[in-house]
Amino acid sequence: MIDHLLSFMTFAPMLGLLVLLFLPKENGGLLKGFTLVVTLVTFFISLPLAFDNRFKGTADMLYAEFSPWISIGNYFQMNYSIGVDGISLWLVLLTTFIMPIAVLSTWNAVEKHTKGFMALLLLLETAMLGAFVSLDLFLFYIFWELMLIPMYFLIGIWGGKNRIYAAVKFFIYTAVGSLLMLVAIIYVYYYAISSGIDMSGFSITQFHQMAIPAEVQTWLFLAFAFSFAIKVPMFPLHTWLPDAHTEAPTAGSVILAAILLKMGTYGYVRFAIPLFPDATQQFIPFLALLCVIGIIYGSLVAMMQEDVKKLVAYSSVAHLGFVMLGVFALNLEGLSGGLLQMINHGISTGALFLIVGFLYERRHTRMISDFGGLAKQMPVFATIFMIVTFSSIGLPGTNGFVGEFLALLGAFQSELRWFAVVATSGVIFAAVYMLWMFQRVMFGELKNPANQKLKDLSAREVVVMLPLLVFVFWIGVYPNVFFEKMSPSLEQLIQQVKVRQAVAMEIAPELQADGAAAEIEAGSGEEGLALEAAEGGAEAEATPTTPADLPTPSPQGAGN
Amino acid sequence: MYSYDYLWLIPFFPLLGAIINGFLGKKIKSEKVIGGLGTLAIAGSFAVSCFYFFQLLNDPQKVHQQVIGSWMSVGRLQVDWGFLLDPLSALMILIVSGVGSLIHLYSIGYMHGEEGFYRFFSYLNLFCFSMLMLVLGNNALVMFIGWEGVGLCSYLLIGYYFHKKSAGDAAKKAFVVNRVGDFGFLLGLFLLFWTLGSDHGVWTLNFVEIAANAHLLGAGSAVVTIVTLCFFIGATGKSAQIPLYTWLPDAMEGPTPVSALIHAATMVTAGVYMIGRMNVLFFMAPSTMMVVAIVGAATALFAATIGLAQNDIKRVLAYSTVSQLGYMFLAMGVGAFTAGIFHLMTHAFFKACLFLGSGSVIHAMHHGLHHAHSHDDPQDMRNMGGLRKKMPITYITFLVSAIAIAGIPGFSAFFSKDEILWFAFASPQGSPWLWAVGACAAGLTAFYMFRLVHMTFHGAQRTAAKARDHIHESPLVITIPLMVLGLLAVVGGYVGIPHVIGNALGHIPNYLDNFLHPVFGATQAQAHGAASTEVSLMVVSVALAVIGILLASWMYLWQPELPGKFVANFKGAYRTIHNKWYVDEIYDAMFINPTKRLGTFLWKGFDVQVIDGIVNGTGKVINAFSKGLRFTQSGFVHNYAMTMVVGMVVIVAFFLFR
Repeated sequence: MIDHLLSFMTFAPMLGLLVLLFLPKENGGLLKGFTLVVTLVTFFISLPLAFDNRFKGTADMLYAEFSPWISIGNYFQMNYSIGVDGISLWLVLLTTFIMPIAVLSTWNAVEKHTKGFMALLLLLETAMLGAFVSLDLFLFYIFWELMLIPMYFLIGIWGGKNRIYAAVKFFIYTAVGSLLMLVAIIYVYYYAISSGIDMSGFSITQFHQMAIPAEVQTWLFLAFAFSFAIKVPMFPLHTWLPDAHTEAPTAGSVILAAILLKMGTYGYVRFAIPLFPDATQQFIPFLALLCVIGIIYGSLVAMMQEDVKKLVAYSSVAHLGFVMLGVFALNLEGLSGGLLQMINHGISTGALFLIVGFLYERRHTRMISDFGGLAKQMPVFATIFMIVTFSSIGLPGTNGFVGEFLALLGAFQSELRWFAVVATSGVIFAAVYMLWMFQRVMFGELKNPANQKLKDLSAREVVVMLPLLVFVFWIGVYPNVFFEKMSPSLEQLIQQVKVRQAVAMEIAPELQADGAAAEIEAGSGEEGLALEAAEGGAEAEATPTTPADLPTPSPQGAGN
Repeated sequence: MYSYDYLWLIPFFPLLGAIINGFLGKKIKSEKVIGGLGTLAIAGSFAVSCFYFFQLLNDPQKVHQQVIGSWMSVGRLQVDWGFLLDPLSALMILIVSGVGSLIHLYSIGYMHGEEGFYRFFSYLNLFCFSMLMLVLGNNALVMFIGWEGVGLCSYLLIGYYFHKKSAGDAAKKAFVVNRVGDFGFLLGLFLLFWTLGSDHGVWTLNFVEIAANAHLLGAGSAVVTIVTLCFFIGATGKSAQIPLYTWLPDAMEGPTPVSALIHAATMVTAGVYMIGRMNVLFFMAPSTMMVVAIVGAATALFAATIGLAQNDIKRVLAYSTVSQLGYMFLAMGVGAFTAGIFHLMTHAFFKACLFLGSGSVIHAMHHGLHHAHSHDDPQDMRNMGGLRKKMPITYITFLVSAIAIAGIPGFSAFFSKDEILWFAFASPQGSPWLWAVGACAAGLTAFYMFRLVHMTFHGAQRTAAKARDHIHESPLVITIPLMVLGLLAVVGGYVGIPHVIGNALGHIPNYLDNFLHPVFGATQAQAHGAASTEVSLMVVSVALAVIGILLASWMYLWQPELPGKFVANFKGAYRTIHNKWYVDEIYDAMFINPTKRLGTFLWKGFDVQVIDGIVNGTGKVINAFSKGLRFTQSGFVHNYAMTMVVGMVVIVAFFLFR
């Protein structure tokens, strides 16, 4: 089984789904229980990944599986190629970890069409896991699109009042981006083939080693970046998020926030940046500007929200601004911080949506003004809510601080210094909107008679929250467990980007004349050193496409 | 060789106490067990602190580090969970755990019967843990964890009576204003780490390494100035200096022991400690030092003026705290690091005693008013008066501390305050102006403190007649801490007798100066001036204090009708001061309301109208376009025939006329 661990893990929910179809649809408890078991089994299958120490020492794809899948002569070939490295490792585990929690959250919340709901959750899990482990760009695309469908129905059928509008908005927003990405994927593939590279399907590792001229990169990067920016979401492409979150059922919101949004950030780290390093350099100032705007803008808008769930949704825009800023720093501190902050956001914001769900189940409202003084009535809830709130604010000792600190530190050390300075003010705003909300919901007098009968959290609800709280403190106090396994892959990524820039400069210097790579050369001494080191690394690596072996791509190369 | 392997026990005890009381307190129920456990936890820290303090006294090596493990290890950033014991942190842990223990003990009596008794002790222990981490951390990030941790506990404890809106507001304000300071702290951290690393190859946040390598940055360079200014912004937040002091008076919403421990003796001095910890950096940035000194002096005077016209007993003390913290920053700013830390210590004694004394008064007042079913404010001094005979122990300890803070010779604050004033005058960074501002503030301090003493303890009893008889002295568990602190407020200053007095009395050394020498020896400013100047300045400041006391006695004791007349004649001035110079209102108008308006605009104006307008507009346009196109698919043959004909004509025309 260990040889096909990833396949087992990815398709375990799908297998469960097949069994689920034969269960009686009237028995909601059985359906939920069964789904819980399936997601737990999936989690246990994925667990060996967490304890695999090989990740500490290698940037290679581990647990790799490969088999040819669809091939149409020389024109098109795609493979079933999957694997996991330090970049996807924790996202995979986050997915398998969050799913049982999401299922548990449905216990009292989902009453109608339980079977359909559970089936969609399982389908969604397979799609998400598939997307994270895909090593074939086309395979990734299939899983990427597959995620859309269950989410669309989860919002559209089990959502709130405005669910249809929200579901359609979510779908169209994402689909527009996806289609642009599809065009770009196909273009990259045929560009590679026409340059004479012997492609093994849409192999991501091969794409990573290709040198695409800077001018070609620009449009491809924009297509990828646009698609991922919608998913992240980055300002100003975020307006689907508040609607989708507000309307989605709790489980849907949790998965959306914790995992689906990470597809966008993961997409940047895995595809957009390493495939198109020159274009990345060119657009980083612009993208960083969007991050910073997102942080401030998301915070300010979150501050004024009257609906708790919308507030949390807008806070996501701000948090993901930190994530992306760290990623665009393109140094180890920033990338580690960004990647860790992806996990943190999954934990903290996932927990916040669960908390909103607890309130909604009890009172069928999410308006801040309907609450007040709950701390007296629900002390356990108050304690947990407070811990999660401070984790979201990024209090040192909790997970949020470590990620945010490193992302900002990384950005400060890169060319994005001034962006980091402005972004750091986000720590003030986070305290403002979260604490103001917390005060209005939990503090004050318990005036509303409907609130005076509220019950504190049940044992099941505490069990749902407990694992999340463990990670809030674990990551806050000892995050090295996470860093040491992501570092090799991230270091390789950084090197790849630098080498590719160096390669691009060697083979097509005229294209680089006004390109971003020139800026690097003119950069500070520190960067110059890093570049030299990266070049040295490239020679030592002796990959099949070292600078000398690379065919000089003709500008018309992709035209035939 | 001495071993320092158990340093970690110092923060560990209160953490353990916080966890036990936090999780099990509700089940334990017994106040004695909960309170005893909490007090024991911090007393344990005090015992360990004492042990290491005296060990360090004898140890020729003065700097010790203990690393427990790695916290973050990412690329060039290596941060440990590590502790640093040197004379400065040794003194601080002694103050924190010592005063902390007394206040824990006091709280057992003060919080008796309060709902959530266990919660209070859990938070209080957690606070001590954070504060001890702050002072013991061997790198800036561990310090920051304590820095934010004390902020959290402050938030929790100010908001302890969370059902009151004012308490919730005050808690939030405290945290948010502190975060503004943290913004500065973080930027300073980033800039320091990055500059030392990329320009000089020293990637570190460790204090010892920073101190050893700080010279690489270059004395007086722009970088070091900006770094220290950023850190100072952090200090103004935590230590309530202009412009970020506004949260501290509001923080009095918390229970009185909290005000004593957090908002007087320990947490608010964190900024002073931080400058002391980074004295090497600040020493290299004279411009920053000047800013620190000016802000400190300005705060000392400004807060003292507000203290003149407050009627809430705790608010007077709160502004007094802000003012006294100003003195400490004045000291740091003129390079008198030892004097700053000295005043930090004496202030911890007398101000904790004053706050706890006011708590004892409030406790008694509350009790009395409760019995009389009166709704008078138990904290309003206008409802007090003549409590001297009812509460003799509280009165004497309070009076002693008030004399101390006024700076009367022989009492603790006389030594520390005069040391500061002398350096403000005679240190190379000092100036007569700084001295003058400090001396004026000293006069005002004496005035408002004795106004408080007279209004509370002397003169006629203004308490409602029915309530009077129920006011009586607090129990021993409250008065014992008062007596200990009162004693310290008197004698605490003798560890740092200024040289000029020490020499006059016969070669008494300045023990504190010698003790802190390993930390501040290289950076401490030297005051240049004749002994006669020092003595005459001392005489002037003492005279000012005596005038303040006499004035207060005249107005509030001998001629009680005078204040009313005064207020009637200077209405505008009185109202401005009473309303705290309207600073809160100005901040609301300048920052808070515009931010809220901007948030609303961005949401309802930009997000909904512009972005979603475009998104939905695109949808609508496509929809309308499709609806239009739909008409062409009418299903009638003649329509299609017509289209074909028109199409044909166009094509033919195109080929004919091209």
